[in-house]
Amino acid sequence: MSAGLAIETEGLGKRFKGRDAVVDVALAVPDGSVFGFLGPNGSGKTTTIRMLLGLVNPTAGRAVLLGSPMPERAAAVLPRVGALVEGPGFAGYLSGSANLARLDSADPLADPRTRKRRIGEALDRVGLSAAAGKRVKAYSLGMKQRLGIANALLRPRDLLVLDEPTNGLDPQGTREVRTLVHDLAREGTTVFVSSHLLTEIEQMCTHAAVMRTGRLVAQGTLDELRGAAVDDRLHLLTPDVDAAITALVAAGLPATPSGAEVVAPLQGHAVEDLVPALVAAGIRIRGVRTAEASLEDRFVALTGEGFDVES
Amino acid sequence: MSSPEPRGHQLGLSLLGTEISVLFRRKRTWAMLAALAAVPVLIGVAIRISSAGDSGRGPSFISAIAGNGLFVGVASLVLAIPLFLPLTIGVVAGDTIAGEASQGTLRYLLVAPAGRPRLLLVKFLGAAVFCFAAPVTVVIAGTLTGLVLFPVGPVTLLSGDQVPFGDGMLRLLAMAAYAGIAMLGLTAVGLFVSTLTDVPVGAMAATVVLAVTSQVLDQLPQLAAVHPFLLSDSWLGLVDLLRQPPIWTTFGTNALLQLGYVVVFGALAYGRFTTRDVLA
Repeated sequence: MSAGLAIETEGLGKRFKGRDAVVDVALAVPDGSVFGFLGPNGSGKTTTIRMLLGLVNPTAGRAVLLGSPMPERAAAVLPRVGALVEGPGFAGYLSGSANLARLDSADPLADPRTRKRRIGEALDRVGLSAAAGKRVKAYSLGMKQRLGIANALLRPRDLLVLDEPTNGLDPQGTREVRTLVHDLAREGTTVFVSSHLLTEIEQMCTHAAVMRTGRLVAQGTLDELRGAAVDDRLHLLTPDVDAAITALVAAGLPATPSGAEVVAPLQGHAVEDLVPALVAAGIRIRGVRTAEASLEDRFVALTGEGFDVES
Repeated sequence: MSSPEPRGHQLGLSLLGTEISVLFRRKRTWAMLAALAAVPVLIGVAIRISSAGDSGRGPSFISAIAGNGLFVGVASLVLAIPLFLPLTIGVVAGDTIAGEASQGTLRYLLVAPAGRPRLLLVKFLGAAVFCFAAPVTVVIAGTLTGLVLFPVGPVTLLSGDQVPFGDGMLRLLAMAAYAGIAMLGLTAVGLFVSTLTDVPVGAMAATVVLAVTSQVLDQLPQLAAVHPFLLSDSWLGLVDLLRQPPIWTTFGTNALLQLGYVVVFGALAYGRFTTRDVLA
């Protein structure tokens, strides 16, 4: 498989009892990237992540993590991977640090002699030192989420897989996670972060992929995705809607009415050329503006729905 | 990234250590052991209060208690083995995998990565430790109760022979070991059931039901042919350790039967757990 990729999948698919959860996913996550994995809830993100981590067996295709096939080489690969999967999971009757000690002892390559120190550092990194000795059942959701991230940071990792890491965090916590991800990326860790929140991905990531109903519909650097975004649009306010549409279509722009406006993708045409032509054609113009295509337009177009919907 | 490391934790000893320490840090474990310890205390107190007119009714061990406190432990073990022990073992064994799944820790243990076969083995060994802790608790509580409430001395065995107190004590410990071994098969059954579901209570209940069913079947004369293969068939054989000389073949039969269950249900659990999708 290709060098330079922290995660690579080919034709990865999962079928549950006759229902396709994930179909033909070909991910390519470059080493050192902060890779956003976007998609509405239920689009197959978590199932894909579970397959990457060897929790779920793919029914089609294959996955390669840090150069080794999963789940076959799980024992060698997973110690190099820190993960937060579908929310934190801890024993409520144990303290935060006891939970981490337990999970660390499950890693055959983690050195028990440095366990205490590593746990202390990880808790410190997510700001939980003060609550280390408290039972997890007394933790808030945000604290559990932080503990989950601390677990992913128990050892220096080559890859972090964070599934919805800011879930349950307040704005302050969200900002801290963002800073943490930036710091980790600077240290050379590849971060694969899933979210259904576009703004979060835009602020954190260098790359992104978009899932829709189990399929990968786009992938690339954020700039590539923006570049491939729908064109900037012309918004024309005019009483002569029909005439304006006819004129724009004649000029090669697929114009459509939108409320009191006529909207057309610019497709490389210059506004300063179009307006005189329209005026010359006798169309009265009350207002002209252009709207820059945002990543959000692109993602909404790809997924058929918005992202800022909690469900 | 990783320095040369001692071999111990690579084998899973580190995980087994935390598994056992977590088991004994749970209130539930202590509550169950306390309930088991209450059995001999209740028996002892009841006999002490009513011992004046011992009519010789009831199980022979119960009537022997008034004469020798050592029999508090014996009677309690015999009383606990059909239901109380399987109940607590069902809780611990049924919880092994399903409990981690429902708690959300199973995925993190596997991603750590604990390794599925290793995690399964550690879970079995942890539950097995409880299998021995439970009857030992009964024996300790029984002996203490006996020492406090009744005279102790040379022990009259089922065969009528008398052995010194120390010998009797050793036999009592052997009986605890026998009871622990007798529960290993049920532990393997519970482990297997626990891999089938993410609902621990369901796995616990199913395990206990299977233990009871086995004993019911063991009572049906029509099924005499399968009796030797029933999980619970050897459970009450622990009294053979009170004969002179002790019938060690019963001990061996019990161990062999339980080993069979451990192998079969361990293999089933392995087959299920190493191939299933972990969605919890």
